[in-house]
Amino acid sequence: MVSELSATEVARALRERRLSVKEVLDGTFERIDKVDPDYSAFLNVCRDAAYEGAPAAQKLIDDGTSGPLTGVPVAIKDNMCTTFAPTTCGSKILEGFVPPYDATVVENIRRTGAIIVGKTNMDEFAMGTSTENSAYFPARNPWNPDLSPGGSSGGSAVAVAAEMTPISLGSDTGGSIRQPAALCGIVGFKPTYGRVSRYGLTAFASSLDQIGPFARNVEDAALLAAAVSGHDPMDSTSLKGSEIKTDRLKEASLKGLKIGLPKEFFDDSIQPEVRETLDEAIETLTAEGVKFKSISLPSIRVGVTTYYIIAPAEASSNLARFDGVRYGPRIEQGSDHIDMVSATRGRLFGHEVKLRIMVGTYALSAGYYDAYYHRAQQVRGLMASEFETAFEEFDLVLGPTSPCVAFPLGDEALDQIALKLMDYCTIPANMGGFPSISLPCGFANELPVGMLLTGPVNGDERVLQAAYAIERALPGAVRRPPMP
Amino acid sequence: MPISLDEVKHVARLARLELDETELMTFQGELNALLGHFQDIQGIDVTGLPAKPHAVAMTNVWAEDAAGTSLQRDEALRNAPASKAGLFIVPTIIEE
Repeated sequence: MVSELSATEVARALRERRLSVKEVLDGTFERIDKVDPDYSAFLNVCRDAAYEGAPAAQKLIDDGTSGPLTGVPVAIKDNMCTTFAPTTCGSKILEGFVPPYDATVVENIRRTGAIIVGKTNMDEFAMGTSTENSAYFPARNPWNPDLSPGGSSGGSAVAVAAEMTPISLGSDTGGSIRQPAALCGIVGFKPTYGRVSRYGLTAFASSLDQIGPFARNVEDAALLAAAVSGHDPMDSTSLKGSEIKTDRLKEASLKGLKIGLPKEFFDDSIQPEVRETLDEAIETLTAEGVKFKSISLPSIRVGVTTYYIIAPAEASSNLARFDGVRYGPRIEQGSDHIDMVSATRGRLFGHEVKLRIMVGTYALSAGYYDAYYHRAQQVRGLMASEFETAFEEFDLVLGPTSPCVAFPLGDEALDQIALKLMDYCTIPANMGGFPSISLPCGFANELPVGMLLTGPVNGDERVLQAAYAIERALPGAVRRPPMP
Repeated sequence: MPISLDEVKHVARLARLELDETELMTFQGELNALLGHFQDIQGIDVTGLPAKPHAVAMTNVWAEDAAGTSLQRDEALRNAPASKAGLFIVPTIIEE
């Protein structure tokens, strides 16, 4: 079946004429039609646009000028602008919005001949860790539909884990690619800040947001990261010479690789079963020649606080643009402009989005700016420098991606604070702009556990190489979910 | 010091969010819980530490001073809930 193939395998089958692009799309939509009603990965399936793109991709293959992802189906998170499909960010305030331009990542995907087949479900404006904050419906975990797939890029993780597409794109502001990848048992990669253009990605927290891939193996993730990376003059934070290279992906050896294990990642917050699984993986890698050493990066402990000041502060400013004037629905109320704007925002934003706008507005308001926002930025600098010092001695830093395995949807024991505290392992990479990958490392209670590898700025190739080698050393860590 | 209901109302006004009384009280509770949790950075000595506003800092990012294509007016207006004669329509801002 087409759906079981990896991106690399689909591309090979296309090049060898064992499949046509149309057949790949037929198989993809057949799979989506079969399983998505139960897993809700997609907010919008772009059937017509996908088939329209098929002849051009087929021609590249027939002409022998295809790339590594030509003809491969891709799902993208619904916060990336597409002219051919609505872009809602999982919010009612953008219901029906069809952007007038394509995000740079969308243009890059189309240039390679890969085919976008749908827009995926997400926590509203990427604010959440469970995809339950989607204004439409929650996505469901392929390992058990009663469990959350994680978030905020839950739909993109489910599309790949449930074999609806071999690869997808998500966005990661505090862990929103890596945490759902871990909870769904797949690979999720957040590149160095600036190596993938944010032009056309709806801004949540501009200094932290980064687009990256999901895949069922490291090679596919690296290929998609490479395809969407590179300098973009439309994004002034885009780095020059930022193409992610994959030519040496398979060359790294585990022997002599130096990895730091921050003790703050392994404290009491971590579920004992997750810890055991990770310890076993570390033992296996030690036998393969990896040199592990316990270290301390103390500011990890205040990462969540720092994040939940900086990200809402930036969000409160970024989300000011949703005012019922230029796009989205409008609630007509009262007689003046402020009444209309306030009613539109008050009724069409969901609860979590409003909470974060309130937190951010408060943290930036007169009298609180120094105590919260300015101080959080100082702590951010401290955290980044602690990691940078570690990277002078170690190639990478390792921990769990999530302190727990997938949790039930609607779990009342998990209040908003408990859900926020789950991000403590993934947040530092966003604070420092570091490349960071989650890859499967085993199972706890029959559910997937993710391992998080973080490297220095522009160490994307090093992170991917190490992940590729670790994937080979842990063959039992990847299984197919028990689903139809 | 906990946030009062009046402060919550003030912040909601600044943020242009219409909230009913029940929501205001819910947000008061949630904001206080979050800010209570956020006290842990107050204990860190940040004296002399520079603020880091960006992940990877860059300065002087210039674009070529050259004409290019930009969004056309009809495309920009296409998603507007109300427009007329090439303009976005908003409720009255300045009284006659």
